[in-house]
Amino acid sequence: MESNKYLEDISEIKNMMSRSSRFISLSGLSGILAGVYALIGAAVAYGKLKAVSTENYNNFSGRSSELFGSQLINELIVIALVVVVLAILTGIILSYRKASKSGEKVWNSASRRLVLNFLIPLAAGGIFCLVLLQYGYTGLVAPATLVFYGLACVNASKYTLGDVRYMGLAFIIIGLISTQFIGYGLYFWALGFGVFHIIYGAMMYFKYDRKS
Amino acid sequence: MSLIDNINKAFDHRIRLGIMSILMVNDYADFNMLKELLGATDGNLASHTKALEKEDYIKVEKQFIGRKPNTRYSTTPLGKKEFQKHIDALEKLIGK
Repeated sequence: MESNKYLEDISEIKNMMSRSSRFISLSGLSGILAGVYALIGAAVAYGKLKAVSTENYNNFSGRSSELFGSQLINELIVIALVVVVLAILTGIILSYRKASKSGEKVWNSASRRLVLNFLIPLAAGGIFCLVLLQYGYTGLVAPATLVFYGLACVNASKYTLGDVRYMGLAFIIIGLISTQFIGYGLYFWALGFGVFHIIYGAMMYFKYDRKS
Repeated sequence: MSLIDNINKAFDHRIRLGIMSILMVNDYADFNMLKELLGATDGNLASHTKALEKEDYIKVEKQFIGRKPNTRYSTTPLGKKEFQKHIDALEKLIGK
């Protein structure tokens, strides 16, 4: 009888330690949806690129921003922004739902820390990519976004579900691999932001969301 | 019966256990954060933090954020040590 109470105490301790230091309401489903948006975005971008130049699209991300003119670049940036905004909104809404189900507040000190520590490497990476564009190193933008996003995930993983760490490492690895395949940035983006998000989102969904 | 000796009576309550658990993994926590996480009422939480403070297991700092008073709590080295002992004793008792 007594040992039952001790068992309860231990699980209460574990529960409080993780709930107070990590934001565990991160929704796996939002990862899956973010991946789907990314794949759709990549398909649209691919279509645009193909329409502009059927034989040359592999040169996209080569050192040749003049090649397609800024009109196309602007369109691609708009596509990317739409994908990012949709993914973030979905993430917020689904995490909010998951949090309110478990009686947790979404905007607490744990989620604040999560967002801050995610944004530090990401903002540095974003600025760095703008600099790459400034000097015309368009080809390195895709690898840089993947690597910095991966670093952001690794950094943020200390404040949320640990699985995010492995997703971050996967992003860093394909980011580095993609530096050797300049011109195929779109494929690596689709693989990373599309496929990886879906795989890890699904893993997290089955591991955490389904149980509760 | 040395095992039971390490079970610390000061931690023998769900709220106190919760306070110590939260403070073990966070540098500090303020009153509202504890209240939210533990689902305790103001008075209830205040009496438990006071008890832990009296044992010198937690430290209380009162300060102002802008104009709002803010009370934040952190563990003392003694509190950390005692709570760790308590956890170890619990784990031994359940035969882990």
